[in-house]
Amino acid sequence: MSEKTVEIDVENERGETQEQDETRDGAGGNETTREEVAVETRNLNVWYGEDRAIRDINMKVPEKKVTALIGPSGCGKSTFLRCINRMNDQIDGARVEGEVLFHGKNVYDDDVDPVALRRRIGMVFQKPNPFPKSIRDNVAYGLKIQGKTDSLDERVETALRQAALWDEVSDQLDGSGLDLSGGQQQRLCIARAIAPDPEVILMDEPASALDPVATSKIEDLIDDLSRDYTVVIVTHNMQQAARISDKTAVFLTGGELVEFGDTEKIFENPESQKVEDYITGKFG
Amino acid sequence: MSTGKKDETEAALTGEVARGDRRKQYVVTRVLQGCAAVTIATTLAIFAVLIDNAFSFFYGQRLHEAILGATLESRVGVVEFLTGTRWAPYHAFPDYGVLPLLNGTLLITVGAAFISIPIGTATAIYLSEYASERVRGVLKPTLEVLAGIPTIVYGFFAISFITPVFIRPVFETLGFSVSFYNAFAGMVVVGIMTIPMVSSISEDAMSAVPDDLRNAAYGLGATKQEVSTQVVLPASISGILASYILAVSRAIGETMAVTLAAGHRSQMTLNPFVEIQTMTAYMVQMARGEAAMGTVEYQSLFAVGLLLFVITLSMNLLNDWVKRRYREVYR
Ligand SMILES: Nc1ncnc2c1ncn2[C@@H]1O[C@H](COP(=O)(O)OP(=O)(O)OP(=O)(O)O)[C@@H](O)[C@H]1O
Ligand SMILES: [Mg+2]
Repeated sequence: MSEKTVEIDVENERGETQEQDETRDGAGGNETTREEVAVETRNLNVWYGEDRAIRDINMKVPEKKVTALIGPSGCGKSTFLRCINRMNDQIDGARVEGEVLFHGKNVYDDDVDPVALRRRIGMVFQKPNPFPKSIRDNVAYGLKIQGKTDSLDERVETALRQAALWDEVSDQLDGSGLDLSGGQQQRLCIARAIAPDPEVILMDEPASALDPVATSKIEDLIDDLSRDYTVVIVTHNMQQAARISDKTAVFLTGGELVEFGDTEKIFENPESQKVEDYITGKFG
Repeated sequence: MSTGKKDETEAALTGEVARGDRRKQYVVTRVLQGCAAVTIATTLAIFAVLIDNAFSFFYGQRLHEAILGATLESRVGVVEFLTGTRWAPYHAFPDYGVLPLLNGTLLITVGAAFISIPIGTATAIYLSEYASERVRGVLKPTLEVLAGIPTIVYGFFAISFITPVFIRPVFETLGFSVSFYNAFAGMVVVGIMTIPMVSSISEDAMSAVPDDLRNAAYGLGATKQEVSTQVVLPASISGILASYILAVSRAIGETMAVTLAAGHRSQMTLNPFVEIQTMTAYMVQMARGEAAMGTVEYQSLFAVGLLLFVITLSMNLLNDWVKRRYREVYR
């Protein structure tokens, strides 16, 4: 990863975003509603060595909505997600072609610093991965490295409240993050990701290792988050996608985006037969 | 459950196969236990011989002879040995104060640690966090070669290269007087020699830190340097400290290179540019000298050896303590 210090060149401040208008996007625009777009991919391809993991993905992720990515195992959902904040840079042999536009700026341009990008696009991983530090230090870590150290305790508390964890841990902030249960750890990781106030939160199967109670807490949380944040979430759980998302993208084996649209439409009346088969469990 | 099924199950669990397996298990366990016992027995034997002989350095008789009733004559006092500041076994008025030798050993060890710890740690961080697969493929075997060079070769390297080509020209222009044998050369070679120890053990510890933790930090917008120092280092601190302790133990026990590089003049000094003598170098000198077995000069070998043994043993205990105290907290 390069250590360039160039700030990612995004003119728009948070909140005022570019309007999508039909004349500007020729390629891949199958949405006609006027909607604010946070992230758009154009002909996005990723190779691992010789193998192409995702093919020509064109997609527009709406702002302050929940977008779900579903599809069978190995179809490239995680790969796609990692392109958005350039976490693929960490993987030896991964090669990206095409564009990922974050408010119109291609994040793969040479002058984009992935470090700065990741400060605006946070990520929550499939497996809870708290640091072997105290709960407070876990949540504060992103704030500290991003230099947002004023009123640190308040920010930590806010993030823990947003992540619906505050009531459970407020009296043990100095205890180790590793001493929490799996579900609590995952909510801690979510608190850690939202504490520095990113614009977009990427979640890779955040509830897959959790029991139904913890899962429903996280689902409620995602619902709350979508008021302030753009959420992109990978899930294997069809009901979960239907419950929490506004848009759904269905990937199928081979790394193709088969269908992308309003969640309701995808689940009730998909255009593609393959998607219908997948959703109804006949395939995948 | 039917009786047929029950019999069948019983036969499978207690029959010939199960019994054969258990016999094999038993034999394997015993063989492994035997091998472990050999190493323990060797250690104990060395310790016993050291104590037995060191006793005669202090009291004129070996410990087992003393136990069998031989009369003791006091030769060298234990306190005199441990606190004396003059070590002169060959002198007309001999003295057996071990501090000058200890001084020599510690001087070399501390100097070497100042070289091996920073360079070794930096190398480990580079290998584990920064280097590409290709660079790692070149650097790791190189370090292994460095670790495999016989120490006598390092000694020659010191007297034929480090002292004349590097230390003397540099420090003599700065106004120091540098003798042919000097502690500094010993520090440098022992330092270089122990770099691979620090780097490879530390790198193993760093590589064992799960990528999940790195990704967590990168995902929050941490730079590579922040990930290395704030996430990877703290998570692998126990292994890193262990590598330091091992490198220090190795430096304490290092013999051939310091014998050649630093010389044979036992003295109390912190000046790295003069000739000194370490405990190990003294032992080399005495073991190949003319002193007859049983004489106090000769038996001093065992007293020094015992002290060396005790020091390295305490380093090992320290290592265990550090491992328990700072064990990796991630799972
Ligand atoms: N680090 C990697 N190195 C090489 N190939 C990889 C790597 N990560 C993923 N792949 C390959 O890329 C393809 C897509 O993988 P990806 O992890 O994106 O799928 P996924 O949809 O997230 O699957 P899952 O639902 O099982 O998590 C797979 O064929 C996988 O083998
Ligand atoms: Mg995945």
